[in-house]
Amino acid sequence: MWPDGRIVRFVNENLLPARVHVKDDPAAFKQYSDRYQAPWTPTILLLDPDGVEQHRIEGFLPADDLLAQLMLGRAKLAFQQGQWTEAERQFREIVQQLPQTDAAPEALYWAGVAPYKATGDPASLKATGRAFTTRYQDSTWAKKASVWK
Amino acid sequence: MEINFRHDVDQVLREAKAQRKSVLLDFSAAPM
Repeated sequence: MWPDGRIVRFVNENLLPARVHVKDDPAAFKQYSDRYQAPWTPTILLLDPDGVEQHRIEGFLPADDLLAQLMLGRAKLAFQQGQWTEAERQFREIVQQLPQTDAAPEALYWAGVAPYKATGDPASLKATGRAFTTRYQDSTWAKKASVWK
Repeated sequence: MEINFRHDVDQVLREAKAQRKSVLLDFSAAPM
């Protein structure tokens, strides 16, 4: 599941990785799957430093999509901590580096929200609404951004 | 190069809190 060097590097550089295995340690698996309501495998949670879930990835994904989801989770962690500039940078990185993934339209949406949260200036929302008229038009995120145009 | 997964989840959570780092928690059934 983790054969891609980009994913290994990303995790080791950005996160403290822990694993519970359904067969190797069923008691631990039950304990933590109950705590985090994660009965299915594979499920990957990104937890903030206080152990609160900020992003969830359920089911197998190809390497590009998994990497994009992990990057999305990291950006959400920055967003949740009010690090607006860093969050925007990380969201835009997904759109630039992995534009074909399902995470990209969601990242484009939140890349518009982060500067608005920082400044209160709706210009970034309007720009994002316009950006969705030329890409990812069929995504849920384009619908959500359609009110900003 | 591999991911250095740890299995002492509560200890990882304590270290994350102390170091203000985020955690990846993997619920897996993959062959080890």
